[in-house]
Amino acid sequence: MKNSVGRKLPDDLMKQLNYEGFKSTEIGKPQVQRVAPKVHVSTGDDKLVDSIEDVVKKTVKDGMTISFHHHFRNGDFVFNKVMRVIIDQGIKNLTLAPSSLTGVMNDIVIEAIKKGTITNITSSGMRGSLGDFVSHGGLKNPVIFRSHGNRARAIEHGDIKIDVAFLGVPNADKLGNANGMQGDAVFGSLGYALMDAQYADNVVLLTDNIMPYPNTPASIKQTQVDYVVKVDKVGDPDKIGSGATRFTKDPKELKIAAMVNDVIVHSPYFKDGFSFQTGSGGAALAVTRYLRQAMIDNQIKASFALGGITKPTTDLLEEGLVRRVMDVQDFDKGAAASMHTNPNQQEIDASWYADPDNKGAMVDQLDIVILSALEIDTDFNVNVMTGSDGVIRGAVGGHQDAATAKLTIISAPLVRGRIATVVPKVTTNVTPGDSVDVLVTEYGIAINPKRKDLQKAFANLPGVPVYTIEELQQMAEKKVGKPKPLEFTDRTVALVEYRDGSIIDAINEVKD
Amino acid sequence: MEIKQTAIAGTLESSDIQIMLSKGQSGIQIDLESDVKKQFGDQINAVITETLKKFGIDHVKVKALDKGALDCVIKARTIAAAQRALKTADQPAWEVL
Repeated sequence: MKNSVGRKLPDDLMKQLNYEGFKSTEIGKPQVQRVAPKVHVSTGDDKLVDSIEDVVKKTVKDGMTISFHHHFRNGDFVFNKVMRVIIDQGIKNLTLAPSSLTGVMNDIVIEAIKKGTITNITSSGMRGSLGDFVSHGGLKNPVIFRSHGNRARAIEHGDIKIDVAFLGVPNADKLGNANGMQGDAVFGSLGYALMDAQYADNVVLLTDNIMPYPNTPASIKQTQVDYVVKVDKVGDPDKIGSGATRFTKDPKELKIAAMVNDVIVHSPYFKDGFSFQTGSGGAALAVTRYLRQAMIDNQIKASFALGGITKPTTDLLEEGLVRRVMDVQDFDKGAAASMHTNPNQQEIDASWYADPDNKGAMVDQLDIVILSALEIDTDFNVNVMTGSDGVIRGAVGGHQDAATAKLTIISAPLVRGRIATVVPKVTTNVTPGDSVDVLVTEYGIAINPKRKDLQKAFANLPGVPVYTIEELQQMAEKKVGKPKPLEFTDRTVALVEYRDGSIIDAINEVKD
Repeated sequence: MEIKQTAIAGTLESSDIQIMLSKGQSGIQIDLESDVKKQFGDQINAVITETLKKFGIDHVKVKALDKGALDCVIKARTIAAAQRALKTADQPAWEVL
């Protein structure tokens, strides 16, 4: 079968997993039923234990679904500690359902797959050796990729039923009151982990820092937690996020950032009380700097900044240029520290951030977002999942979710080395072109033909040449040449859900 | 033309290609390493072969380490390596350019 963006989907798997093809970016107003977790009643006096082995023995059984968060990013020690015990105890057929997988987790996930410990994975993304392993058919069942908002939706619907959540935290008291802001390995917002704490049948906290009871502020609450495990170290503070954010000096990135800023400032949305989300890439950080000046010059203040937060954004909060920061995760130490000290930086969970099946999510109120792309095609569809060789090396993240903003800007260089970014057809469709409004490259911009209003608004901006996206695609191809089409086998190694739970694309095993 | 000495041109910087030419007996043998080999391997080999043929080089071993170079760069590096290998670097072969 083919879905509405013309992607061929595997009939047998779609049927077997009870999936429908992607139809539309419109969520509509359905009525949905949420699930509730099991509660193992306790007064809380015997939660504190010092052995991961004992907790795993008590909680994890063959065939269960286990979860982790990725807020420690590449400084994570918890994932490896827990997975080691699970593998060594000989547990089989687990579904791994973390908020995402970072590089430090790759080796042990591959080991767990080879030993039959893990037989299913759902994640926001994967990179490096694990992406390579899966793309070469290393896992029998297809990986299910979900955006951060869609993971929240799937947990609330019961599509992901977490039996045991193992959540590392930089502090907790003996009953499980915990936050991400105090201790050695701090990461700020616990946004993604809050879903697991709320919906998992068993919630196990792991911490290296037992605080006097009661510990506040409590992002995760004692009412949600079954066990608190004392471990040596939960993470490496230096690898959680970069210490100080460095601004890019790359002239190409700066040019793109300046042009993104021009697009924002001349859009109908740049007015007092506007809201925005930027990513963590070099160009996105530079945009924040340009935007700051534009806000000062035009005496405009933003109502909120959303999403993954960086120091340049919390600086705007300090300066009073942004009224609130709505924070689902922090990308650097500055942003994490600011959440601790600034009451106007609000921790939000993944559901509040981006879940489509909600009574309003933050992304639904978002005016402007700047997102990246590995590839974007002439229908404005975006790939952030597979590399130019067809191998999995990315993550959906909040891409699909934030793209529902009123003005969705994709910032990307026209070519990277010999690889065109603007292509006739994306290798993997992650975010449908319907939700993308403007592409900004170093050569100029392309506006989605559906946005006549924006075509008018950006028609005569000095320094911002407007092309059709086909022209940009041809410009890229003229530079790098026409690539030989990638070769895939018939076997599906991953399915990419759209944020409503339908399938937007399938990823097949690479042939080589 | 006969390869007189092993010669090298280009760097391992991104968007460059390093070409090393050494004596060979059986045609133009290219050993290519490239991150974009799947998509552009044939094209890169074609540019190198075509450029070498313009110098009349029929037997040579080519080691090519590509870092995403465009065709014009591949051609330039191949010309430089060829002239060094033929010991004609002091007489640029303008007609090949």
